[in-house]
Amino acid sequence: MLSALLVMAAIAGVLGAVLGFAAIKFHTEGNPLVDKIDAILPQTQCGQCGFPGCKPYATAIASGEVTINKCPPGGEEGIQKLADLLGVDPIPFGSDTQTKPKSVAIIDENTCIGCTLCIQACPVDAIVGAAKQMHTVIAAECTGCELCIAPCPVDCISMEVIEEKITNWKWKYPVYALTSIEPASTAGAAQ
Amino acid sequence: MKKLYHFHGGIHPPSNKAQSTQLDIARTPLPSKLIVPLHQHAGETAKPVVHAGEHVLKGQLIGMPDGFVSSAVHAPTSGSISAIDMQLIAHPSGLPNLCATLIPDGKDEWVERKPIANYRSHSTAELQQLLRMAGVVGLGGAAFPSDIKLRTGKQKITTLILNGAECEPYITCDDMLMRERAAEVVQGAEMLRFMLDADHVLYGVEDNKPEAISALQQAITASVPILQQNKRHEVVAIPTIYPGGSAKQLIRVLTGLEVPSGKLPTEIGVQCFNVATACSVYRALAHGEPLLSRIVTITGNVRQARNYEALIGTPIGELVELSCTLPDTNGYIMGGPMMGFSLPAVHVPMVKATNCIIAASEHLFPPPPPVMPCIRCTRCVEVCPADLQPQDLYWFAQSREFGRAQAFSLFDCIECGACSYVCPSHIPLVQFYRFAKSEIRAREHDKQLADQARERHEYHEQRIEREKQEKSEKLKAKEKAAQTAKLACSQPLTSQQQAEQAGLEASRAHIRELAQSSVEHAKD
Repeated sequence: MLSALLVMAAIAGVLGAVLGFAAIKFHTEGNPLVDKIDAILPQTQCGQCGFPGCKPYATAIASGEVTINKCPPGGEEGIQKLADLLGVDPIPFGSDTQTKPKSVAIIDENTCIGCTLCIQACPVDAIVGAAKQMHTVIAAECTGCELCIAPCPVDCISMEVIEEKITNWKWKYPVYALTSIEPASTAGAAQ
Repeated sequence: MKKLYHFHGGIHPPSNKAQSTQLDIARTPLPSKLIVPLHQHAGETAKPVVHAGEHVLKGQLIGMPDGFVSSAVHAPTSGSISAIDMQLIAHPSGLPNLCATLIPDGKDEWVERKPIANYRSHSTAELQQLLRMAGVVGLGGAAFPSDIKLRTGKQKITTLILNGAECEPYITCDDMLMRERAAEVVQGAEMLRFMLDADHVLYGVEDNKPEAISALQQAITASVPILQQNKRHEVVAIPTIYPGGSAKQLIRVLTGLEVPSGKLPTEIGVQCFNVATACSVYRALAHGEPLLSRIVTITGNVRQARNYEALIGTPIGELVELSCTLPDTNGYIMGGPMMGFSLPAVHVPMVKATNCIIAASEHLFPPPPPVMPCIRCTRCVEVCPADLQPQDLYWFAQSREFGRAQAFSLFDCIECGACSYVCPSHIPLVQFYRFAKSEIRAREHDKQLADQARERHEYHEQRIEREKQEKSEKLKAKEKAAQTAKLACSQPLTSQQQAEQAGLEASRAHIRELAQSSVEHAKD
């Protein structure tokens, strides 16, 4: 009887030590799910989801506070990826959200008065300039979040859709006519 | 006799090469204008260094290499630059790109050339820089800057392979080059061997080009004095099978080595150059001539198919007219029928990668039969030279499962088109692979941008936080200073301070008195 108790106590002690060790050794800082969700989000930091940036939205999704269809820049594909990650059904965008083509902000340098309001609004520090000096957008760093447009007192910032060039051109999905079994029957296009 | 190896699969399409090898290489007359694209090579577009209206000489630099993977672009003849603007170029997208338009003055006047007397006395880095500034790029089709391929780092290169296989139907530009300029090819190959410090050189030529093989052999025997002893040059006739001219497949046939997936041939001690590239390396170093022209095959639906040495930038329309296109021509293909693409327009200029122009007609290239569903017959698997599972790749690409396509080694596909050629359902398989590849690349690019934006946003937040903290600290310090000042006021003064204050008061009263008296003085 006593030996059985001792054995059980010893096993409990060993397992406890193992668990205690594992808790220290494999300790994870923060919620790893947040980082996984954040990796899927497009990082435009535009706030269209109602949160101040992509990370806060990712945190909110991880805690189940919001639905996964609040990120228009991520597109339908982003929703699909989030749904796959979280094991939930994809939800379509609401009727009021509309996805736009990728674009960059352009400052009309003739109108800019150098007020620095857009510089303060830019979430990725992609606008350079100083007080009473002309400002300009670093196009390569601009995420197209449109946050700089509202604060501009002279409305000199506009969004320009990124054009298709040789450098960013993609092969299109092949489209070909389906076989018509008989010449008279209608032949649709694949896809 | 060297032992040869096999690669998996391959096909035997009709070669159609005899038409264009009847006549020798002809020089084209000077075209009415030259449109020189500044992006003719893989990598970054060259930066224009001339402006519209400027007069340039033949061989003068007009595009400066910009970035690590980039190459120079030169004026192919003397004349005046009429414009530097966006023009339609030979690209499957049909989109315009930056080009310099040159109106020849007919004098064909050279800029000063700086040939190198003895390249062996120069360092490899110097020679690489010369090739970069001479705009030498791979002439096999990919137009990859040659100087980059010579930067092998610490990797020891044992074998240099000269690619003269020219496996694709219709194309004969390398064949004719080897027949007529074998000596230049061999000297260029020796220069490349010297720069790579390779142990030996193998020339891989398909056995349907006996004239080229014997010309190369003769050239090697003739140039023994200039070759380094114990560094063997050998011409190897390889079996004619498509795509035997693809670099990885050629390496496999000649050495039995397989280039690992996602790795470069240099990692197994082999480097591969096209024979025409070797020729232009020779011209660049020994004669100081940058790459201004290349040999291009004009064939297909023409009266007299032939190879021409044409200036880079020649409008393709003017080029094909030399061979008299037949009236039922309905389009032009750049490259071969297997891997080439239809030109968006006939007025686009030829570039360094233009090895062949095929005039197409309904008779030569009938419209493809209707596409039927994949029946998983695996005929594509049998012919795939990269040992892939094309039917699975097709399935993943058409359903946009890009992750799985990548897991099935989509990026090892060389887009040779052997699978599409044998497909009994006539599925345009390669188009699907190209679509999937460019989608994956675009996604990776977007991911990179997103990571960059995340990092910048985090820095931004940190900065805002830091500024806030600094501000509050400053405020605190100010408050503290004000408080200590107040405290100092309320404390009783020491005798010294009292004396100082009394002195100050006395001087103030004196100044006041003086001011008063001067005012009164003025009134009087």
